[in-house]
Amino acid sequence: MSQEGYRKPVPIPTPETQFYWDKCKEHELWVQRCDSCNHPFFYPRFHCPQCLSAEVSWFKTSGKATLWTYMINHRPVPGFEEDTPYAIAVVQLEEGPKMLTNIVGIENTPDNLVLDMPLEVVFEDATDEIAIPKFKPAG
Amino acid sequence: MPDSLRYKAAIVGAAETTDLGVIPNLSTTQLHIDAAINAIKDCGIDKNQIDGIATTMSPAALAHYLGIVPRWLDNTSVGGTSFLIQVRHAAAAIAMGLCETALVVMGQSGRSRVGETSARMGATSAAGGPRGDISYPGQFESIYGTSGPTTLFGMGVLRYMEETGTTHEQLASVAVAQRKWANQVPRAMFRDLITVDDVFNSRMVCYPFHLFECCLVTDGGGALILTSAERAKDFPTNPVYILGTGESTETPVVSQMYDLTSSTAFKVSSRQAFAEAGISHADVDHLMIYDAFAHLPIYGLEDLGFVGRGEAGAFIEEGNTSPGSKLPMNTNGGGLSYTHTGMYGMFAMQEAVRQVRGEASHQVPDVKVSFCQGVGGMFMAAGSLVFTNEPPH
Ligand SMILES: [Zn+2]
Repeated sequence: MSQEGYRKPVPIPTPETQFYWDKCKEHELWVQRCDSCNHPFFYPRFHCPQCLSAEVSWFKTSGKATLWTYMINHRPVPGFEEDTPYAIAVVQLEEGPKMLTNIVGIENTPDNLVLDMPLEVVFEDATDEIAIPKFKPAG
Repeated sequence: MPDSLRYKAAIVGAAETTDLGVIPNLSTTQLHIDAAINAIKDCGIDKNQIDGIATTMSPAALAHYLGIVPRWLDNTSVGGTSFLIQVRHAAAAIAMGLCETALVVMGQSGRSRVGETSARMGATSAAGGPRGDISYPGQFESIYGTSGPTTLFGMGVLRYMEETGTTHEQLASVAVAQRKWANQVPRAMFRDLITVDDVFNSRMVCYPFHLFECCLVTDGGGALILTSAERAKDFPTNPVYILGTGESTETPVVSQMYDLTSSTAFKVSSRQAFAEAGISHADVDHLMIYDAFAHLPIYGLEDLGFVGRGEAGAFIEEGNTSPGSKLPMNTNGGGLSYTHTGMYGMFAMQEAVRQVRGEASHQVPDVKVSFCQGVGGMFMAAGSLVFTNEPPH
């Protein structure tokens, strides 16, 4: 996937998210787990949302996920004109946490997008510094 | 110290803006002022007796415009349910003697965008430039093409339908049922009766939502004046007593809800209100559930406990919330048919007050108790109020 002409919004990392985006740039999806209560979580934070411990560690996910739910947007959004209609989806990572994403590699129709279908992460290089994790049908 | 807000305060003044829907000649501030003056006129109060102000705009700007020097103010701003929560806080302030008479005001130029600031809808619109954003939604949502509530509020709906067997027809029937109420409401923007097929034939906005399953975008406002239940008898209007109250929050990020198929804030907020009011579901004669999209009344009926899990779609489809039914719901037509400026909660309360007073356009016979449920942001916050016209014993 080329970064040439990537016109979609890109994130600006913050201290608590920098590691996540650094790993995405290497095409790896990392999330955090609490060292105290073992709870895995996303989005990136300095504290565990379950027990508020500051002892939290990053770990590399398998990149495998299932389709939890989605909507299909029919109104063009800047940068997404050519994709419309496109799905905005919530996937559940094999390790537990849920995250918002896009589904690529398959036409985004209600018939194609079946809940619980297996997915795997792919990365779209947006800039020299940023790659965006998206998901495609597994296999 | 009062141990409950039950019968501590009452609404004595209630009004919406003079016009409703498309009001290009009034700014957001002027919509607040128009609504406030109408509520003052409604109860005939000397505005100098108002000593409490609650609003999501600048309380100072509002108070100064009205020439009021408040000794209590509230600026709770958690989306469209803010005003229900502000009514709760006003009742508490009155019960504690922090103020005697409180004005709760909202106005929003949601359609004409006259004097509107952005970032009024909660976290997802609090974006920076189109290409970069350090906020949570900016880093983890808008990069995937989200565009406000239309593309996020219903994120859990397909999962809910999968888990409960709720059908697209049942989702559409929410809009159909509410149009039956709006049909006899002259101020409603959409009044023509519709069918499920009409809903399906309306433009697909964001699957599974067709246009008729999405709220209107309008201009308008409303205001309420509250005072102690005791003092309420001195006003010409029939008092609408605050019987029960509740509030809560969940998350500004829909994808991180504890359960995408249910609102935790609805449950926490409504449970408090039922308990404080000391009523059961069977005591509710009239119900308002904030409907920015068609799934909200479905989530609401279940999370408030009116029906069991997965039963709300069929309940609405079978007509149990339509005119003549046992649980009249969203009797102004709701955000789907009546009006929706972006923060609809004030309008849900206005309709509840009208029904309890017996002066609604599409009046339900013999309403004694009305339950009003608000949502803020996208399941970010909730507020609940129980109103009654029955005086304390
Ligand atoms: Zn923990």
